Amino acid sequence: MANVSLARAGIPTAEEILEPSPGAMLRRRIFGNIGLLFGAVVLLTIVFMALFAGVISPGDPYDQVLSRKLIPPIWHDGPKVTWEHPLGTDALGRDYLTRLFYGARISLFIGFAAMLISGVIGTTLGVLAGYFGGRVDMVVNFILTTRLSLPVVLVALAVVSLIGSSLTVVIWVLGLLIWDRFAVVMRSATQQIRNLEFVSAAQALGCSTPRIILSEIIPNIANHLIVVATLEMAHAILLEAALSFLGLGVQPPEPSWGLMVAEAKGLIFFDSWLIGIPGAAIFILVLSINLVGDGIRDVTAPENRN
Amino acid sequence: MLAYALKRLGVALLVALTVSIITFSMVYLPGDPAMALAPESASQEDIEHIRRVYGFDRPILVQYLDWLVHAVQGDFGHSHYLNEPAANVIFDRLPTTMLLGACAITFALLLSIPLGVLAAIRPNSLIDRFALALAVVGQAMPTFWFALTMMLWFGITWRLLPITGTASWKNFVMPAIALGYYVTPGVMRLTRAGMLEVLASDYIRTARAKGLQPMRVLFKHALRNAILPVVSLAAVQFGFMLGGSIVIETIFAINGLGFLAWESIQRADLPMMQAIVLVLSVFYIALTLLADLLNAFLDPRIRVS
Amino acid sequence: MAQPILEIENLCVDIKVPSGLLRAVQNINFSVAKGETLCIVGESGCGKSITALSLMNLLPRTATRSADKLMLDGRDLRGLGEREMSDLRGNRMAMIFQEPMTSLNPAYSIGNQLEEAMQRHRNVGTGEARDRAVFLLEKVGITGARGRLGQYPHQLSGGLRQRVMIAMSLMCEPALILADEPTTALDVTIQAQILHLLADLRDEFETSLILITHDLGIVARVADRVAVMYAGEFVETGTTEQVFNAPSHPYTQGLLRCIPIPGKTKRGEHLGAIPGIVPNLVGEMQGCHFASRCSHVHDACQSGHIALRASFEESHQYRCVLTPKVCAANSKRKVVA
Repeated sequence: MANVSLARAGIPTAEEILEPSPGAMLRRRIFGNIGLLFGAVVLLTIVFMALFAGVISPGDPYDQVLSRKLIPPIWHDGPKVTWEHPLGTDALGRDYLTRLFYGARISLFIGFAAMLISGVIGTTLGVLAGYFGGRVDMVVNFILTTRLSLPVVLVALAVVSLIGSSLTVVIWVLGLLIWDRFAVVMRSATQQIRNLEFVSAAQALGCSTPRIILSEIIPNIANHLIVVATLEMAHAILLEAALSFLGLGVQPPEPSWGLMVAEAKGLIFFDSWLIGIPGAAIFILVLSINLVGDGIRDVTAPENRN
Repeated sequence: MLAYALKRLGVALLVALTVSIITFSMVYLPGDPAMALAPESASQEDIEHIRRVYGFDRPILVQYLDWLVHAVQGDFGHSHYLNEPAANVIFDRLPTTMLLGACAITFALLLSIPLGVLAAIRPNSLIDRFALALAVVGQAMPTFWFALTMMLWFGITWRLLPITGTASWKNFVMPAIALGYYVTPGVMRLTRAGMLEVLASDYIRTARAKGLQPMRVLFKHALRNAILPVVSLAAVQFGFMLGGSIVIETIFAINGLGFLAWESIQRADLPMMQAIVLVLSVFYIALTLLADLLNAFLDPRIRVS
Repeated sequence: MAQPILEIENLCVDIKVPSGLLRAVQNINFSVAKGETLCIVGESGCGKSITALSLMNLLPRTATRSADKLMLDGRDLRGLGEREMSDLRGNRMAMIFQEPMTSLNPAYSIGNQLEEAMQRHRNVGTGEARDRAVFLLEKVGITGARGRLGQYPHQLSGGLRQRVMIAMSLMCEPALILADEPTTALDVTIQAQILHLLADLRDEFETSLILITHDLGIVARVADRVAVMYAGEFVETGTTEQVFNAPSHPYTQGLLRCIPIPGKTKRGEHLGAIPGIVPNLVGEMQGCHFASRCSHVHDACQSGHIALRASFEESHQYRCVLTPKVCAANSKRKVVA
C-alpha cells in the first residue's frame, strides 16, 4: 500500500532510484567512450600485426631485391605499381608492408619493456615518497628534480653512443630515464590513499609496512598506474623512434619505424611516401595507446578528467 | 620570501652538483676512458701515455674535483676533434638555439593559452573539442616526422619557406612550430584545467556578484590565478625544448647547440658532449629556479607570509 | 507598506541534469520592502541558494530562470542582458556568500578588491574609493582599517574575511543585500557578532536584506518576515511572530520542534526530527512535496497542486490541505505518544 501511494505522490520508487549495477555502469561508460573504443581497436590491430608478422607479411623484411627498388604504393600511378607490394618497396627493394609489420614488433617491444623498467623504478620511488613522506619524500623529490634537469634525448643519445647501440641498451637507457611521471603520479595517489580509514585500520591491526603497501596501497592506485603506464609506453615508443631516426637507436637492417623514416630522409624530394608511411604508423600507434590511456582514466575515474 | 628563495637556491645548487657528478661519470661509461680515446692501433704504452696526459691515472675524486673546478670557471675542457676549448664552441652556438627555443615557446604559448582559456570558458563546445583533438594529435605526433612533413609541404611542394639553414627569420618558422607544437598539448591542458577550476571558484562568483564585466572577471580574476602553474610548466617545457632541439636542428640544419651535440656524438667528442649536457642541465635548473621565484613573487600567499 | 524594493511573482528555476529537468525553484512569490529583512529558511538542497543566485542572475549555465514579475527598485529584471545585469550587481543589489574562506581572490589585496567594487559602478578615483573602503571596514568593526587595505585574504581569519565581504557588499550602498548563509562557515562565537553587524548595518543604511539560513535561531533574532522553503516551494510565509507562534505547515512545525527551548525542553527528552530526505526534484511532481515525510499524510495530499492559503491573517500563508488546528493537535498527540 505504501508503495502505491508513493508512486501516486510522484516520488520515485525503489526501482527508479536504484542506479544500475557498478558493472553495468562501467560497461555503459566503456561503450560510450568513442576514443577508448577506437584506440583499443586500432591498438589490437597493431598488436595482431606485430604478433603474426611472420604469417601475414607478403615478403621478408630483410630481402633486398634491387631490381624492384622504390616501387610506389598502390595509390600512386606508375608503371611499377603492383599489388605484390601494396605499400611499395624501399631504396633497397625491401617490401615496405612487411617491414612495417615487423617494425610494429620493435616499437611495441621496446615501448613495453622500457615502460616496465621505468614503471618499477617510478612506482617504487613514488609510493615510498607518498607513503612515508618527510625525509623519504624529500630525497625522492631531489632524485626526481635531478632526473628532470637532465635532457632526455641528449643523455640517451650520448649514453647509447658511448656504450654502443643494441636493443637491450636502448630499452635500459629509456627505462632508466622516463620514470618521472610514474613517480609524480604514484606519489600523489599514495598520499591520498595513505590517510584513508582502511590504511589506518591495517596499521592498527599491526600489518607490516610492506604488506600494507602491497595489499592496501598498490591495488588502490592500480588504475592510475595503468593510465600512466599507457602514456609512458607511448612516450617510450616516440623516444625510440627519435633515437633510431638520429641513427643511435635500433640499427640497420632492423625495420624500426624511426629508422625507416631516417633511411628515406634523403629521398624526401622524390619518394616522400617512404617517410609518410612509417611516420604515420608511429603516429597511429602512439595515438591509439594514448586514447586507450585517456579512455581508461575517464572510465575508471571520470572525476579526474583534466 | 627571502628564506624561501634561499632554500630554493640551495636545492638548485645541490641538484646542479649532482648533475655535474652524473655528467662527469659519462667518461667512464665505455669502461677505460684512455682505451676509448686511443686509436685502435695504439700500443699498451700509447694507452698509458694517454692515461697520464689526460690525468686518468689520478684518483677519481681528484679527477672529478679538477673537472668541476674548471667547469665552474667556464672551462669545460678541450674538444679533441675541433681542437678548441669546448666553452668557446658552445657559446658560439648557444644564441642560435636560444633564439629557436624562444620562437618555439612563444609560438606554443600564443597557441595554447588562448585555446585553453576558450576551451575552459565553453566546455564541450566546438572549440573545446577542437582544442582537445589538437592536443591528442600533438601528443602522438613524432617531432621529426612532423618536421619532415612540414618541410615537404611548405618547403618542397608549395615552396613557401626555406627548408634548411638560418639565413633569415623565415628559416625559423618551421623549426619553431615543430619544436613548439610538442609543448602545446601540455600547456593547453593545464591552462584549460586551471581555468575550469578557477572559473568554478567562489571568488569568481564574488567578482561577478560585484558586477565586474565578464572580460575583467576573466582577465583580472581568473587568468591571473590560473596562469601561475602555467608559468612553471612553460619554464620546464622551455628547458625540455632546448634538450629536444637536437632533433629539429639536425633536420633543418640549424647550426645551434643541438646540432653541435649531434655532431659531437657522431665524432665521439666526449668533452664536448659532457659540456653540452652540463650547460643544458644547469640552464634548466636556473630556469626552473627563476620560474619558482617568479611564481612565489606572483602568489601573495608565498610572497607575503 | 511603502513601495517594495523587490517584487517577485512565479519565480521558477529549472536545471538541466542528466536524468531530466530538475525543478529547483517552483512558482515563488514574495516582496521585500525598504529596510525590511526577509529570511528564507529550509534545509540543504531545498532551493534557497538557487533562489538568491537567480535574483543576481548568477545561476550556473545549465539553469534557466523564468518569472511573471521580477522588479528591483521599480525596474524589470527580466530579459536584462549580462551587461545590464552586471550594472546592477554590486550596485543596486549585492550578495554575501557562505564561504568567506574562498570568496575572496587570493591574488589581490583586500583594498584592491574593495575599491574595485566601487570603481566599477561609480565614477570615482582610487583615493575616494579607498576612503570609502576604510570607512566601511571600520563600520564592519575592523580596526586599523587603512593598514589592512594592503593585506591579502590569506592573512585574515574567516570572521575578518566575512566582515570584508560585508563591507564589499556595502561599497555602493545597494538597495538590497542577499546574504546566503553568511555565518554557517564561522565559529559559533563569531556567528552572533556577524549577525548583529548585519542587522545594525541594515538599520544604519536602510538596506533591505534577504537572509538565507537553515538556522531558526538566526531567523527569530533578525527577521521581519519569514519564508519557509521546502523542495523548491515556499510552504509557509508570514511575519516572524506569525510563523513562530502559529506554525501552520507540518514542515515548519517539524523544524521548530528540532530546536530546544530553554525552560521548556526537558532534560532527556528527545528533540524532534523529521524523518526521510528531501524528494528528488527531477520531473513533474504531483501533490504535496512534503507528503513522503509528513506524519499527517492522507489521500488529499497525493494529487493535484496544493496552493498556498491564508491563515487567520491574510499575510500568513501556508501550503497544506489540513487546517493548522487539526495539524497541531495531531502533532501534539504524536509527541505525547
